[in-house]
Amino acid sequence: MILTNLENITGKRITKHLGVVSGSTVRAKHVGRDIMASLKNIFGGELKGYTELLHESREEAIKRMEQQASSIGANAILNIRLTTSSVAQGAAELFAYGTAVIVEDDHD
Amino acid sequence: MIDLIILLTLLLLGYGFGHYAEKKHYKDIIQREKALRNLPSVSSKVLPPITQMDNELVSGNVVISVDYFKRFLAGLRNIFGGRVTSYETLLDRARREAILRMKEQAHAMGAKLIFNVKMETSSIYKGRRNSVGSVEILAYGTALIPKQH
Repeated sequence: MILTNLENITGKRITKHLGVVSGSTVRAKHVGRDIMASLKNIFGGELKGYTELLHESREEAIKRMEQQASSIGANAILNIRLTTSSVAQGAAELFAYGTAVIVEDDHD
Repeated sequence: MIDLIILLTLLLLGYGFGHYAEKKHYKDIIQREKALRNLPSVSSKVLPPITQMDNELVSGNVVISVDYFKRFLAGLRNIFGGRVTSYETLLDRARREAILRMKEQAHAMGAKLIFNVKMETSSIYKGRRNSVGSVEILAYGTALIPKQH
């Protein structure tokens, strides 16, 4: 599976468009991390726990998108966009979407 | 009286640690930016006419929080209006850090270029009275990696 946020792939030709695919996940942080975060709000600095959590969740969202794409027979996803929105306090939704396509090698 | 002492202590702690952390971070950022200068990241969508490249999605994210002193300054700014410089440096640091992480990931894959870089900002932790406690910055793009034969 080729993932890109460009509209085409170098050296490949798009043979079929299969529509939009998406994947999302909603994650909450556990209390310990929230306490650490409020401490960090006094001292400032990076919240490593949150960085990791959001990174992992984003990978999960991308993985779900990939699964959806492969289930409809795509071999690449183009024009991927990633968005984040906070749904409730302490929880965030991570969303990934893109266009599923079938590509093949361009021999010209 | 006790409240005032607590406030002053928090302000001092925030100023001390925050100032130190910011200086250290800027030093670190500048050093890493120098090391990765030969890996350009552009926000252009138009690909150069090269075909022997692999595409790979790369991303970098960082969650950074503001210290008590800066929040206090920003609170004052809310009364008088004007540029909130204390938040500007915070966001600047976070953006550069996110781009650096993306570049480091791309560099580890042997990429030569990062295309169509997009930035995303979201406030993820809301403190008291909905003031921005910390922000997440995400940078992502497509890395072009020369094909290995």
